[in-house]
Amino acid sequence: MEKRTGLPSDDETFEQVAGNGLLHRRALLGKGAAAAGILGAGLGPSATGAAAEPLVEPPWGLQVGDDTPAYQTPSKFAKNVVRTLSNPKFEPRSSISRTPHHLLEGTRTPNGLHFTINHTGIPEIDPQQHRFLIHGLVKRPLIFTLDALLRYPMTSRAAFVECGGNSAPLFSPTPIQADVQALHGLASCAEWTGVSLSILLDECGIDPRAKWFIAEGADGPHLMRSISLAKGLDDAMIALYQNGEPLMPGNGFPMRLLLPGYEGNMNVKFLRRIKLVSGPAMSYWETQVYTEPMPKGKSYNFDFLNEVKSFITRPSPGLDLKQPGFYEISGIAYSGKGKISKVMVSADGGKSWGEAALQAPVPSKAFTRFRMPWRWDGRPVILQSRAWDDQGSYQPTRAEFVAARGQLDAEPSVLAFKNHHCNTITSWAVNSHGKVTHAYA
Amino acid sequence: MPTLRGIALCLVLASPAAFAAGTNSSSPNLGQPVRPADVARWDIEILADGAGLPAGEGTAAQGAAIFAEKCSACHGDGGRGTALLHSGASAPPALVNDQKLKGMDASRITIANYWPYAPPLFDYIRRAMPWNEPRSLTDHEVYALTAYILAENKVIDAKQTIDARTLSKVRMPNRDGFLPRFPELMPR
Repeated sequence: MEKRTGLPSDDETFEQVAGNGLLHRRALLGKGAAAAGILGAGLGPSATGAAAEPLVEPPWGLQVGDDTPAYQTPSKFAKNVVRTLSNPKFEPRSSISRTPHHLLEGTRTPNGLHFTINHTGIPEIDPQQHRFLIHGLVKRPLIFTLDALLRYPMTSRAAFVECGGNSAPLFSPTPIQADVQALHGLASCAEWTGVSLSILLDECGIDPRAKWFIAEGADGPHLMRSISLAKGLDDAMIALYQNGEPLMPGNGFPMRLLLPGYEGNMNVKFLRRIKLVSGPAMSYWETQVYTEPMPKGKSYNFDFLNEVKSFITRPSPGLDLKQPGFYEISGIAYSGKGKISKVMVSADGGKSWGEAALQAPVPSKAFTRFRMPWRWDGRPVILQSRAWDDQGSYQPTRAEFVAARGQLDAEPSVLAFKNHHCNTITSWAVNSHGKVTHAYA
Repeated sequence: MPTLRGIALCLVLASPAAFAAGTNSSSPNLGQPVRPADVARWDIEILADGAGLPAGEGTAAQGAAIFAEKCSACHGDGGRGTALLHSGASAPPALVNDQKLKGMDASRITIANYWPYAPPLFDYIRRAMPWNEPRSLTDHEVYALTAYILAENKVIDAKQTIDARTLSKVRMPNRDGFLPRFPELMPR
C-alpha cells in the first residue's frame, strides 16, 4: 500500500472549491492506488450499483491477430476520430478540415488530425525539386535545398497553430448549436523540428534597411504574408518535421514557416521564398482577409497574435453525461504570448470559480491541458473555463469581448468567417438529462 | 589619396571569395548563391506603394474581355458574384459591389469599401488567379483585369490606362481606415 503522507485526507478530498460540485484539483495530483482510493472516497458508494458480469475470455485472445502494416492507422473502433471537411466535393474554393478536440486528449494533435486550410488544393511537391530562396535586402541571396537544410543544426519545440478564423461562430448573437470541433477545431498543436530562420538570415547577411520580410508558398495561390523581421530573428523556424515525421502534405510538406504564437495563415506552408523588404506588402491576405472590422471606427490590421484562449473538451456537445457522479473536466488552454499561468473553471455559469490543475510541463505558445475534478449532482449546470498567461493577459468574458469587438446582428452559418480573432469564454450547458449544448452565459 | 594597399584591399572585399570569407565559419553555409536575374520568375511580390510593379499596361475594356473568358465562371458576370455553390457554401467573393461596410460583419468587405491600396490587387491576381490556372496570365492581362475591376467599382475612370505609375497613384477610398492591432509589434 502506498504511503498516503502528503495526500489530502478524505475530508479535504470532499472539499468543493466552487459551485455545483467542482472539487479541489488536489484530487487529481495523487499517484496510483492511493489516488484512486481517494477519488473513490470522494464519490461514496459505486455510482452504478449493480455488480459486473462474470469475466469471459474474448475471441481476440483465442486466435492470431492481424499482420503489421508499414504505417499504422487507428483501430476501426476509433474510426469516428476524424476531421470534419468543409469542402468534401472539392469545389473551386478553400478546403478546410477541423480537429476533433472532443475525441482527443493530451496536448499533441496527431498529424492525421491536425487542422488544415488549403486554398487551391494540396500541392504534391517533389522535395528534391523544391527550392527555398532568401533574397531582397540581404548581402547574399541564397537558395537552399531540402538536403542542405537537413544538414543544419535543428531545434524541436511544441507550438500551437491557430487560424485567425478559429472560434468565429462565437461572433453569433445566439449560441450556434455545434460541437467543439466546429467551434474551435481550427487550432492544433504539434512538436515541430527544423532550422531556426535566424541562422539562415545570418548567412545571407541582413541589410540594415530591412524591417519586414515577406514569406511565400509554392502552392497555387502562392500565399504571401508580411512579417516583422524582429519575429523572424526571434523564434521563427523553417519546420521540416511534425511530431517527429516529415510534415504532412496538408501542413506544408516539405517545409513551412513556423511563427510560434502568430496567426496560422502567417505560418506560410510549402515555403519557397523569403524576401527581406523595407515595408509590408499589404497583400490580399493581410488586407481583405485577416483584418477585423470593428463595431465602429477603424478596422484592425496586422493582428499578428493569437491571444490567450481556453475551452473545455470533455464534457462538450456530443459527449453527454450518462449519470450523476464523478467526472474529470478536461480542456485546452494556450496563448500566443507565452505560457499559461492559470485556468479557472466554473460549473455555475461564472458565479464561482475553482483553479484547474495544469498538466506539466507547461510550454510557451503551445497547448496546455487543464483538468478539474467534478462531482455532478444531476442538476442543470453551465461549465466554463477561463485562462491567464504569464504575460498578464486573460481570456475575456463574453460580455467583455462583445463590448470591445461587437457581435453579429443574426446567427451566421457555422462555417462562416464573419470576423476573426475571437477568444471569448465558451460555455457548455448540461441539462438534467446530461445533454451538453453550447450556451452563452 | 588612396594607397595601393588600400585599393588592393577593396578589390579583395568586392570579390565573391571575400563574401565567403566574411561569413560565420561556425555556420553550415550550405546555401547556393544566386544571381538576381535568375530569381526573376519568382520575384513577384508587389508592395503596397507599388514597388515591384512590372512593365506593361492595360485598360478596363481589354480587361472586360479577359474577365468574361477567364474569371466570370466563378466571380459572376461583371464580377457581381454567383449563386451559391452546389453544396450551399458561399461562392467566391463578388469583385464588384457597392455595398457599404456596416459594423463588424466582415462579409460586407469589398475591394471598393475596404482595400487600402490598389497595387495588391495586381499582386493577388498575378500570383493566385485564375483559381484553376494560377500564374498563367501575362502582366498585360493582369493590368487589364486590375483596370477593369477598379473601373467597375468606380474607383478609377473607365478610360484610364493602368500601368506601374498610374496604379501606384490610385488612392483607395478606405486608405486611412485601419489601425494595427498590436502597435508594439510593428517594425519602426
